[in-house]
Amino acid sequence: MKLDIRLPIGLLFSVIGVMLSVYGIVAPTTIYDRSLGIDVNLWWGLVMLAFGLVMLGFALRARRSAPPPS
Amino acid sequence: MPHIHLGAIDYAILITYFLFVLGIGWVLRRFVHSSEDFFLSGRSIPAWVAGLAFVSANLGAQEVIGMGASGAKYGIMTSHFYWLGAIPAMVFVGVFMMPFYYGSRARSVPEYLKLRFDEKTRGFNAITFAVMTVFSSGISMYALAKLLELVLGWDFNMSIILSAAIVLVYIFLGGLTSAIYNEVLQFFLIVMGFLPLVLIGLRDVGGWSGLTAKLQTVSTGAGFAPGAWNHSWQYLGSASSNPMGVEWFSLAMGLGFVLSFGYWCTDFLVIQRAMAAENMTAARRTPLIAAVPKMLFPALVILPGMIAIVVTTKSGPLIPLGSDGTPNYNLAVPMMLAHFLPTGLLGLGLTALMASFMSGMAGNVTAFNTVWTYDLYQSYVSPGRSDRHYLWMGHAATVAGIALSMAAAYATTRFNNIMDMLQLVFAFVNAPLFATFLLGMFWRRTTGHGAFWGLLIGTSAAAIHDGLVLPMGAVPGIKGGYLGAVLHTYPSEMAQNFWTAIIAWSACFVATILISLATRQNKSDEELTGLVYALTPRITEHDVPWYKRPATLGIVVLALTAVLNVIFW
Repeated sequence: MKLDIRLPIGLLFSVIGVMLSVYGIVAPTTIYDRSLGIDVNLWWGLVMLAFGLVMLGFALRARRSAPPPS
Repeated sequence: MPHIHLGAIDYAILITYFLFVLGIGWVLRRFVHSSEDFFLSGRSIPAWVAGLAFVSANLGAQEVIGMGASGAKYGIMTSHFYWLGAIPAMVFVGVFMMPFYYGSRARSVPEYLKLRFDEKTRGFNAITFAVMTVFSSGISMYALAKLLELVLGWDFNMSIILSAAIVLVYIFLGGLTSAIYNEVLQFFLIVMGFLPLVLIGLRDVGGWSGLTAKLQTVSTGAGFAPGAWNHSWQYLGSASSNPMGVEWFSLAMGLGFVLSFGYWCTDFLVIQRAMAAENMTAARRTPLIAAVPKMLFPALVILPGMIAIVVTTKSGPLIPLGSDGTPNYNLAVPMMLAHFLPTGLLGLGLTALMASFMSGMAGNVTAFNTVWTYDLYQSYVSPGRSDRHYLWMGHAATVAGIALSMAAAYATTRFNNIMDMLQLVFAFVNAPLFATFLLGMFWRRTTGHGAFWGLLIGTSAAAIHDGLVLPMGAVPGIKGGYLGAVLHTYPSEMAQNFWTAIIAWSACFVATILISLATRQNKSDEELTGLVYALTPRITEHDVPWYKRPATLGIVVLALTAVLNVIFW
């Protein structure tokens, strides 16, 4: 592959995941009246971060095991 | 309707997404050296990437909004657009048709028609397809900008220019590879953006059992049996007992066979993703891998609509009434986003909606620039130029395609009727197509004259049928009956569309056979090798483990789809 697509996917999801989780920690809890009182920003941010890190892990592992460019 | 207010975090997520999309195009620009790199990704894409792009290019914003609307309007029956109207055709194109598309080395679907039949058949398909892609991306651009104006209060012009500019930049830089990579990114964003909405929504209405119980009230309120919103097949015995207004035969033949196979097996927008795959097995696995998420999408796009119809707010039902006094179902998904998602996740949901729009538009634009450059410009306008020249033309066609889409979007705001009419004409042109490909690939006697005149006869049959019938409650005009007499009234518009498709397909099928028998074969057996089943060596798959073979994958996908149909029967 020219560019391992898992790299930008992993990066984007990690970045958005961190943004959402941090916002979930600092934002006032009243905004969660809509989402049945659950701090969905924090929880879904963590899910996205985990997914992003898994993708990054795959991409880095593939890069390490790939033969050096000739 | 009050506008939804977005916070700084929502804008930050949206902008982060835009930066990544543009960044992918920027990185990939270094890999575009030839026209084949630009239009076909140098045929180097792994199967799973091509597969996710295949399904993502099809998942435009209109599908997300439209399927949510249908979920509210028809309930689980909407799943027929997936389990009946997509999966079988996706399996068929991967297992049976891809060997000819990919094996012929054709660079586009119209080019396959040129190799298999003749110049006029290719020309007809290339021109109608090019016009169609430009208009459909224009219409979806219009729909998105209108929606953002209504829901967020964004300026219509700004939405059009912003979305067009971003898609233009990343395709211009990286060509099809950039479109495909972004489609994969968009696929994951769409899933991750809509999933929390489904989870929170389901929890709010009391889970699956709570939802089905509430839908029974909706169903009886609309005058149907209590289970009409909760079953996909049970109420298809007659058109009057289900909200879609269709019966099982026209559904299975019209949607499940003619329209579905006509789209998934012949539309270059999706086939192009498979043609870009790295080898034959990968190309054949592309639509099969795509079928797996496609099978599960109803949970993501139909379910929000079904939840929306039972949720009520302090000021009444969640879905607001339109200007004609009936619920504006197209607002089901946007209202769900606004109702359940707090600032933060709301930005993510909105980003997912933008992602679905861009994936659909990029699909149209990349298909357009390829068909224009290879099938129209290189064939009729300026043949025999250097590859560099055609690469340049590809870039120019990308700019022109997007400019024309924007023009179509603005034309839609002024001349709504013309757009409806164009879409009707496209439907007539598309309906018979699968008959031509089926005969072309599996009956070696099919001739160029047979294919071309068969297509024209099929298209005319569709136009004549539509001109003589009407859906119940409609007046003669764009909906049908424009030939002066109304010979038959269908219970719904959908039923009429299905029958138009069935008649167009049958007319094309019979006419192609008869004309082929009456005309001389214009291609020799050598020319047809690799294009027709009987003259193509069977593919050997000894080096592919059995569980990776397309046939195995196809059977698994079909079996799972059958199980889903039984569960929601």
